[in-house]
Amino acid sequence: MIPESFDYQRASSVSEAISLLQKHGEDAKILAGGHSLVPTMKLRLATPGTLIDIGGISELKYINDKGDYLAIGARATHWDIESSDLVAQKAPALSQAAGQIGDVQVRNRGTIGGVLAHSDPQADYPGVVLALNATIVVQGSRGERTIAVSDYFTGLWETALGEDELLTEVRIPTDRANANSCYLKFPQPASRYPFVGCAVAMDSSAGNCSDVRIGFSGVGETAFRDSGVEDALRGNTLNESAIASASAKAADARSVLSDVFVSEEYRRAMAKVYLKRALTKLT
Amino acid sequence: MGDLIGKSVKRVEDNRFLKGEGKYTDDFNMPNQTFAVYLRSPHAHANLVSVDISAAKAMDGVITVFTGKDIKDAGIVGSICGWQVDFKNGDTMKEPGHPILAFDKVRHVGDAVALVIAEDFGTAVDAASAVEVNYEVLDAIVDPKAAVQDGAPQVHDDVPNNTIFDWELGNKEETDAAFENAHHITELSYHNQKIVPNAIEPRAALAHFDSNDDKYTLYTTSQNPHLARLIIAAFVLSIPEHKLRVIAPDVGGGFGSKIFTYNDECGVLWASKQIGRPVKWTADRTEAFLTDCHGRDHVTDAKLALDAEGNITGLRTKTYASLGAYLSNFSTCIPTWLHGTLMQGLYTTPAVHVDVTGVVTNTVPVDAVRGAGRPEASFCVERLVETAAREIGMDPAEFRLKNFIPPFDGVEQEGYQTQVALQYDSGNYEGALKKVLKNANYEKLKEERAAARSDGKLMGIGFSTYVEACGIAPSAVVGSLGARVGLYDAASIRVHPTGKVTIFVGAHSHGQGHETTFAQIVADSFGIGMDDVNVLHGDTENVPFGMGTYGSRSLAVCGSAIMKSVDKVKEKGARIAAHKLECSPEDLEFANGSWNVKGTEKSVGFGDVALTAYVPHDYPENEEPGLDFASFYDPTNFVYPFGAHICVVEIDKDTGEVKIVRYIAVDDAGNIINPMIAEGQVHGGIAHGIGQALYEGALYDDSGQLLNASMLDYCIPRADNMPFFETDHTITPCPHNPLGVKGIGEAGTIASTPAVVNAVMDALTDYGVKDLQMPLTPQRVWTAMQQAK
Repeated sequence: MIPESFDYQRASSVSEAISLLQKHGEDAKILAGGHSLVPTMKLRLATPGTLIDIGGISELKYINDKGDYLAIGARATHWDIESSDLVAQKAPALSQAAGQIGDVQVRNRGTIGGVLAHSDPQADYPGVVLALNATIVVQGSRGERTIAVSDYFTGLWETALGEDELLTEVRIPTDRANANSCYLKFPQPASRYPFVGCAVAMDSSAGNCSDVRIGFSGVGETAFRDSGVEDALRGNTLNESAIASASAKAADARSVLSDVFVSEEYRRAMAKVYLKRALTKLT
Repeated sequence: MGDLIGKSVKRVEDNRFLKGEGKYTDDFNMPNQTFAVYLRSPHAHANLVSVDISAAKAMDGVITVFTGKDIKDAGIVGSICGWQVDFKNGDTMKEPGHPILAFDKVRHVGDAVALVIAEDFGTAVDAASAVEVNYEVLDAIVDPKAAVQDGAPQVHDDVPNNTIFDWELGNKEETDAAFENAHHITELSYHNQKIVPNAIEPRAALAHFDSNDDKYTLYTTSQNPHLARLIIAAFVLSIPEHKLRVIAPDVGGGFGSKIFTYNDECGVLWASKQIGRPVKWTADRTEAFLTDCHGRDHVTDAKLALDAEGNITGLRTKTYASLGAYLSNFSTCIPTWLHGTLMQGLYTTPAVHVDVTGVVTNTVPVDAVRGAGRPEASFCVERLVETAAREIGMDPAEFRLKNFIPPFDGVEQEGYQTQVALQYDSGNYEGALKKVLKNANYEKLKEERAAARSDGKLMGIGFSTYVEACGIAPSAVVGSLGARVGLYDAASIRVHPTGKVTIFVGAHSHGQGHETTFAQIVADSFGIGMDDVNVLHGDTENVPFGMGTYGSRSLAVCGSAIMKSVDKVKEKGARIAAHKLECSPEDLEFANGSWNVKGTEKSVGFGDVALTAYVPHDYPENEEPGLDFASFYDPTNFVYPFGAHICVVEIDKDTGEVKIVRYIAVDDAGNIINPMIAEGQVHGGIAHGIGQALYEGALYDDSGQLLNASMLDYCIPRADNMPFFETDHTITPCPHNPLGVKGIGEAGTIASTPAVVNAVMDALTDYGVKDLQMPLTPQRVWTAMQQAK
């Protein structure tokens, strides 16, 4: 339980972090809350040569209402998000997900930027930011760019983040669907990571489902939007039978993870159960 | 006695524990100390072709690296088995060796192959990964029943068919006859799964050899420092026992896993002499999963015979018990004498036969884990009884009441002689069951269940009634059964000149609260305050030779030794008091902290007598100064706590999740010294047993990899998995020890596992599910419901 030796650099600004990333290349890892990275380093599953600690960059720790979207700094902790009235109001799914991560100590340290950059398929947030149609803001040596969340998760532990880029902000649209969103989680009993994490954002203010986005965490190799179910729901009146028949299609078209704890069959079945519960909760 | 006994005095030791100021083995440091890391096998079964330490040894900061050959060449054998269980035909038990470092073969993932010692911990870890080991991987065997088949991979060359012993208890002919004549037979076949103890403090050692006086010191995580000293000195390292001091300071939980003397601690003690410097070793969590002895792992076929009236007429079991890759100290007695002897349960079953084959497999060694054999027995009996009641359509409570042994107090009525060797000391089983039925409001519960079911909900009620044998144990009895140790305990009481008292006890506290309960007993006995008594344990240089803490024995055995010393202090004190009061000791009675002349107001206080004993100016003739006595207590019988538990569950039909909505327990552990501590033990015990029922279990693949060797993967239940426990007790004193006490540390675990499983099976009645493999995960329950549809 002791990592291999590594160099430690503490960045005091975003630009310093980026120049350190450029300098150390693929041997470097960004250290944010450290609650995913440090345990894997202790087990020597990750052996970065250099850690670039962004824990001192106060400019990345904020949650702001920008009108069209909420801007959440990469260093906002799960506790910051869980306890924000703004998030609870504009994107309850994110608030609920944050509140179910780990325990209080983990939530006090872990950050949203860290989780999304780490891209653990078992994490809670990825399905949530997909359902919320978020935008990921990154900064690198070529300046700032935005990535649509649908383009962000590229594979197991992989993202569209460039080698010398730092994830700086997550933008959550303040649309009607996001204000009417929820996240339900079926946790692995030991790790409390989701076997199934189901996020739904839905606008049904006009009596029928005018807009719906469904994101799953923990179910597939990466988090995914379930467009099949979204299509089945969109434009329809939400009654019990519509919800039942739509949620019965959950994860149908996806390859689903199987492990020693949970079979593919069971995980798929639970995706349907949790989607049904989420849809029912929102109507 | 004063008023402290029976009072929920707050735990004295919590003052340091709650502030995080306990001192555990890893908190101790010595000047010039070094750090050790064991390199462990990633394979469950492999020949060791070569171990190349040259690169590791050459690294900066590395002091040395030992291999299995070094230790073998030094003539060091590994730890030993402390209990001989021979074959039915009289052949001697097989005892394969357990080298400290493997030299020819590794036999489980985690088996040690090299010991690296460096100036700092990080360097030792780096150097361990620089040791190059060439393994020739062999097929592994994990399942104990499959292990005895011809052609199964052989764990040890000198153990044919991987069979260490076969063993039986009870009357086979009478049991066969009971089954031939049975009106109804209930059958269950199950795997009582392997569980990992998971004490929160991993094992650790700080070892030092001082060449000035040829003396070894070992700080270590032990539940029984004297036994560790004996085994290490006399058997493992062959060093003079009086030149070894073993200190077990604060220990962060054991659950049985720190009873045993492990090779790792012996290895660093040996190494400290070789390098002439202190050596510190602390296991990490992965090592704890891979090397702390696991528990259970029984593959069992069990049958219960009934007559037409619903009387139990016979019980028969066949168990293949995995002992893991090597024989840990008490591995052999757990599935035999601590398991088979409890198969009578609380019932009048006239014919019982238990057959156990002890088997080695390519898994982490198996030994005692909380309950140690008795949970396996209660699971078997209580699952059979509940299933039988359900099969014949009788209420499970009524079925039990019909078959219970009638009450006996062991004084007016004799103890109850079972068919399987034990004589229960006292019991009132129907008293406990009737009380729990009342506390649960069983009639109303049944109505709620009926209403829930008609609403389409899955609600279940499960029972578990248990009797167990603890307070181990009469030395002569266990000796005749194969134990290679005595199982008495010891306590000395030193009354200081100012009337303050220090108790030195052979029991070891690693969560039990001895510093409180033992002080309560002594303070009460002498009429002094809790603050006037100090309890010392855990250091072989200070405390008398005791056998430590396990098997819910501390109060029943060590507490009795304390009472013997109390009596000696009082006896001598009375002679001193009589001298001061100019009367004879027979004229005195001791009450409220002083010796009083009966029928008068003349008295002399405990403190006065203490001072006189150490300042003996005016003193009885021929009386030695001082007030300081040691006592050993060897019990005359086990003690037999019992109780009745009810578990109420709801199952989520969509997901298969089991939720415990109520848990109602009535336990009888005889007289209770500190109700708060006893209740805490019941809470922890129930939680532990619920863990096995719903969450825990070592997952091995066919190659012998432990797939869930981390707390990310292995689920230990947490507070939010638990209901509020509704606990209560009855009191049936133990008739054969001075305090009338039994034991409570394991009772909850022994009771709760079958209670939970029985409740889940009750909830699944409509699905026709009779049995499911533990842990009852949502997926298992859901799959069973799907298959039944």
